Amino acid sequence: MKHIVTTTVNGVVREDVVESRTLLVHYLRDTVGLTGTHVGCDTSQCGACTVQVDGQAVKACTMFAAQAEGSDVRTIESLAAGEALDPVQQAFADNHGLQCGYCTPGFIMATRALLERNPDPSDSEIREGLDGNLCRCTGYVNIVKSVRAAAQALAESNGSTT
Amino acid sequence: MIPAEFDLLTVTSVDEAVRRLAEGGDESRVLAGGHSLIPFMKLRFAVPPVLVDINRVADLAYVRLDGDRVRVGALTRHAALAEDPVAREHLPLLSLTAGKIGDPQVRNRGTIGGAVAHADPAGEFPTVCLMLDAELVTTRRTIRSADFFLGRYTTPLAHDEILLEIVFPAAPGPHAYLKFAHNLFDWALLGVAVQQLGDGWRVGLVNLGDTPLRAAAVERALAAGASASEAAEHAAEGLTPLPALRASADYKLHLTRVLTGRALQGAGA
Repeated sequence: MKHIVTTTVNGVVREDVVESRTLLVHYLRDTVGLTGTHVGCDTSQCGACTVQVDGQAVKACTMFAAQAEGSDVRTIESLAAGEALDPVQQAFADNHGLQCGYCTPGFIMATRALLERNPDPSDSEIREGLDGNLCRCTGYVNIVKSVRAAAQALAESNGSTT
Repeated sequence: MIPAEFDLLTVTSVDEAVRRLAEGGDESRVLAGGHSLIPFMKLRFAVPPVLVDINRVADLAYVRLDGDRVRVGALTRHAALAEDPVAREHLPLLSLTAGKIGDPQVRNRGTIGGAVAHADPAGEFPTVCLMLDAELVTTRRTIRSADFFLGRYTTPLAHDEILLEIVFPAAPGPHAYLKFAHNLFDWALLGVAVQQLGDGWRVGLVNLGDTPLRAAAVERALAAGASASEAAEHAAEGLTPLPALRASADYKLHLTRVLTGRALQGAGA
């Protein structure tokens, strides 16, 4: 069955034709052309496909595009302002929080969601709070470091102290 | 992986959902959080020709205290349940187990109604329902937990019958849930939940059979005055768990006894 789905993707309203079975991740990559969201395990484990739908972090490989009708969808591409990276992206870049980079967009989207819930997480809260994302390269140590740095940067830009 | 073709019908009322499911035939299915169903469809283990998406039906997500009962709407998401103030005060075991399901992204979508209707014995909610004698309220009837979990993924729900609400006893007392898993985000390899209720204890077992189970022998031992560690010796009685990739049946039985002891001691039994 085909649907005309109307969504707002990264602030831009779109109307597209999708099949019932079209996954949100494939819609974003193949129809909208935003390839920053990655297909990793395809079994809802690795989180490389993490996006934000109506303010909540969601695995885009486990949702149908048609379910995003009327929703506000944000992908990794929504974060940077031109050449200026957002604080979470910058923290990952500065703290070697990636190697191959395949998991990174998912980690950054999940990190944003984590820091909205918990602006000052401990290391174990970071590890648990990101347990929907897997990395095969880094061993997670620099990811945790990047998230701590991002928390610090966000707190400073909000004028509070951690 | 791509699911087989199907028709997705989005509804905004329970009546419409039931009608669409009836029209869609025996193989039509409800779509709620989708985090068990969609992975199955991607693997083509499930090929429903019609999916009725109930995510936009109003008034199916709530936690309400009703006298000495806690009523939980079927569409309540795990993330919401983990934080819900009514649940945390009057049924904290439910919030605790909700917060241990999957990971944050999964918890944003998964629903208690979906988890219970799917009846995966590796899930937490079927066990919590069974051990607390929860009642399952559907569009047609109210079913006791003891009559609901018939087998792996098997319940008495008709294809056009929708779970609307789960009714638990209020249980604010001591409790614990120990989930043994290899990864943070994983299903339980096995789990033990305990809840003090009335003048006794309920002990529930996760992923030790085709259905959720109660450790009846442990409950009886505690009622007869046994200590936590004495009662825990009985935890594996009657169990015949399947061996797993990283756990023999014997190891699972051993873990069951150990975790039961720890859960009971931790909860002050």
